[in-house]
Amino acid sequence: MKSGALALVTMGLSPSFLKRAVYAQGLSRAALKDKVLICLFQRGAADALNVVVPHGETEYYRLRPNIAIPAPSILTAGPAGVRGGAPGAIELDGFFGLHPSLAPFKNLWDHGLLAPIVAVGSPSATRSHFDAQDFMETGTPDVRSTSDGWLNRYLAVKGTCTQCDAQRSPFEAVALSQQTPRILEGPAPTVAMASLADFSIRATGTDVQRLEALYRTGNADLIHGAGTETFEAVKMLQSANPQRYAPENGAEYPRSPFGRSLLQIAQLIKADVGLEIAFADIGGWDTHVNEGSVSGPLASRLGEFSQAIAALVIDLGDRMDDVVILTMSEFGRMAKQNGNGGTDHGHAGAMFVIGGHVRGHKVHGRWPGLAPEQLYEGRDLALTTDFRSVFNEIVMTQLGAVGTDKVFPGFEARTEDRLSLL
Amino acid sequence: MRTPRLLLAALALAACSSNASRTAMPAATAAPAQVLPSAEDVAIREQTADQQIRQALARLTFGARPGDVEQVRTVGVDRWIATQLDPARIDDRADERVLTEFPTLAMSSADLIRDYPPPQPKHDRDSLDLRRIRSRAQRVVLELQIAKVARAVNSDRQLQEVMVDFWDNHFNIFAGKGVPERYMLASFERDAIRPNALGRFRDLLGTVAKSPAMLFYLDNWESTVEAGRPAFNTATAMRARRASAYRLAPAPRRLGLNENYGRELLELHTLGVDGGYTQADVIAAARAFTGWTIDKPRQLGSFVFRPAMHDAGEKVFLGHSLHAGRGIQDGEDVLDIIARSPATAHFIATKLARRFVSDSPPPALVDRAAATFARTDGDIRETLRTIFTSPEFFSRAAYKVKVKSPFELVVSALRAVCANPDSTARTAQIVARLGEPLYMHRDPNGYPETGDAWINTGSILSRINFGLLLAAGRVPGVSLSSWEHRQGLDTLSRDAQVDGVINAILGGEASPDSRLLLQSGVNPLLRDAPDSAAGAPMTVPGLEQLVGLALGAPEFQRR
Repeated sequence: MKSGALALVTMGLSPSFLKRAVYAQGLSRAALKDKVLICLFQRGAADALNVVVPHGETEYYRLRPNIAIPAPSILTAGPAGVRGGAPGAIELDGFFGLHPSLAPFKNLWDHGLLAPIVAVGSPSATRSHFDAQDFMETGTPDVRSTSDGWLNRYLAVKGTCTQCDAQRSPFEAVALSQQTPRILEGPAPTVAMASLADFSIRATGTDVQRLEALYRTGNADLIHGAGTETFEAVKMLQSANPQRYAPENGAEYPRSPFGRSLLQIAQLIKADVGLEIAFADIGGWDTHVNEGSVSGPLASRLGEFSQAIAALVIDLGDRMDDVVILTMSEFGRMAKQNGNGGTDHGHAGAMFVIGGHVRGHKVHGRWPGLAPEQLYEGRDLALTTDFRSVFNEIVMTQLGAVGTDKVFPGFEARTEDRLSLL
Repeated sequence: MRTPRLLLAALALAACSSNASRTAMPAATAAPAQVLPSAEDVAIREQTADQQIRQALARLTFGARPGDVEQVRTVGVDRWIATQLDPARIDDRADERVLTEFPTLAMSSADLIRDYPPPQPKHDRDSLDLRRIRSRAQRVVLELQIAKVARAVNSDRQLQEVMVDFWDNHFNIFAGKGVPERYMLASFERDAIRPNALGRFRDLLGTVAKSPAMLFYLDNWESTVEAGRPAFNTATAMRARRASAYRLAPAPRRLGLNENYGRELLELHTLGVDGGYTQADVIAAARAFTGWTIDKPRQLGSFVFRPAMHDAGEKVFLGHSLHAGRGIQDGEDVLDIIARSPATAHFIATKLARRFVSDSPPPALVDRAAATFARTDGDIRETLRTIFTSPEFFSRAAYKVKVKSPFELVVSALRAVCANPDSTARTAQIVARLGEPLYMHRDPNGYPETGDAWINTGSILSRINFGLLLAAGRVPGVSLSSWEHRQGLDTLSRDAQVDGVINAILGGEASPDSRLLLQSGVNPLLRDAPDSAAGAPMTVPGLEQLVGLALGAPEFQRR
């Protein structure tokens, strides 16, 4: 039996889901109508080596005398890897562990919903945040002229598919952010919104119509185009009326912008407005100074990050079988700690894939090691999985895309690189 | 200099009656003739004379106020531009009045943290007391935000304010970085950015590099020589009290290098990410700046060079050899090298042309602006002059193509309706909700400079709602009932009212469709919509609604 279904049941969710999930196994993978992909971006380059901790590496402790996460104790039984008051990593597979602040992920791991990927990222050598974020979002490393994002290209390619539904929802792709992220920029219409509650026009009927007409007339430019989409989205949301939302199954989102973003993603999914792709981001990962170890700034960031994601999973409950959550960050950080108890910009990073159909309870990706000769340019974790390999697999298996050569131009997906995440 | 100052008051823009201190004066001999473009240069401009005036106002100011077009026409567009490039010659009592309302802006960082201390939950037990202390401490960033809006609305040195915004964004600093940052920002903008906004780039770069705000934001204040590398023997130095007498010795094992400032200095402040530097150059720059730190950091002191923290070894930066044991000179040399690099000239010229001309500025213009930058040793004023006198600036392709940032949108609306400066935080909060919280951009790259980043479904909605909010009288300082433009309009016909609003808000330019929509009261596109059933004309909206619609219209989103 699929572990994901069991996981959700044991997390206190409806038994009816169990039956449906089992039933769903027999369905053709072509029936992908309600599939949702949620991409979460950790902006600022999360320190992957302190997120998915290689506690089986002695080099790790040599490189990071003050900030390394202690290995889990063999006596560890507690969920947060607590051992006699001194927390270490949460044990995963005997070699890797999770940062203790990722305790909310422990349940997901135990029930096979969580698949960490190590040594994954961009093949580009850049250590610029902004270039690296762009590359990860355009899906074309080292090609700075790409203006659209890979999620938008997926939507645009899908839009030319003749068998697909002609009637597309304005909420097909939503970013819970004030600016459209690069990953969603492009020809296909998308929605960016800071808050669902504010997504209405503060005017009465005739003024609304007059404003709408102002955007319908005139040039077909950026502003008029976005305006037209705005009015369609507002109307659709009004009829779906997702206001007054209460999370289910006792889910508790952190009261932070990121927590609110994920709550609103759940709200949109449950409102059945046709959401297929959702995006949110969380900053504060650029830990050049005093990043801390089991506690400190990185720990509190990871706490908020994992609490919000776990709340989303719990809140979505049986719907998680149709949902995949994918986390990413532009690059990892130096293997060696710097002069200020922090870490400077590095190379390969880590991702999490979470969902009911994910091949969880397994750390994916090949570990390159941390010995001096194994490090990239003598200082950073080396790359063994190109992020496009992960994105490509998820676009194909979760969203059902067939030809992805237009989504990831210039990338050749080799079967031997495939991680089989789903 | 007294006489020209007075005469030049006429060149300052004054039309809103609340700013009654200035009186219209005949155009004076503003700028020396040699800085004005030649007749041939003027003749080849594609924009009409009126368009040139609107273009200059849209780009060199935060938006035209009623009457500004007429004033610029009187003075002459090129002479007006030359004056804006020379802000010291513009009387700016309006700005001085704004400043008197914000005492924190004039204070040193050390005085600020003493007089507006951050709350200490452990000591300030009484919750009432804690709340009082907290709200007083919040004044420090609030006043910066409020004043930034108020000065942009009110100052007559508009180009100066636009350039302060440009450099604030170029050298972005995040007020939320930590407690000290909040207290150092006033000094940063006042002492580093403002005096150099139209000056020499090397001066600006150097002041920023030594500003406690930047030293803290990009962590350089803690960056030290790596253990084992050559360092100054400070014991000897203490006796000799001279840097040159320092002996080199391996550094003791303690802190180490921090690359953050070294990297962003090259990538974002000077060369640009394509500027031809490598990871080795980033490390060399970081090593050069070790020891550039903050004196008495707990009291928020000023810049100091601490030899004991400095990596005194030899460095090779961008092919230049920096010899061992030169101390602070390493950092100065790095700044000299990058300030004079052609890559920096091109990077800064591109950013200026993007701000003032179009999102994808013509390469030929960027090249000419970069050439001016290089020829004048980074003279920002002259680089701008090259842009403002270029045919590209006055081309049809550059007209009304820039999308306003949220800050520009709000300030331009306030200027269009002659708002009084808001002394509350309300307007700054509106700017934040539109997506541009002032001094609160976390990453060192600053806010986006191109329209595609600002326009999406959500932002259009917020922008429309802002127009409606303003028209409904819910923005402090705005009163459409006392708007002087209204006096003439109330008694006029509907058509004339629409023309008046289009003139005042949209600079006289609206598409025929938009004009028709505003005029008729009947929406021709929605004749079959339920509200306009039977073709009955809708109620004619009042002037407030007209203004709200105009502010929410696509035309108002551009400058």
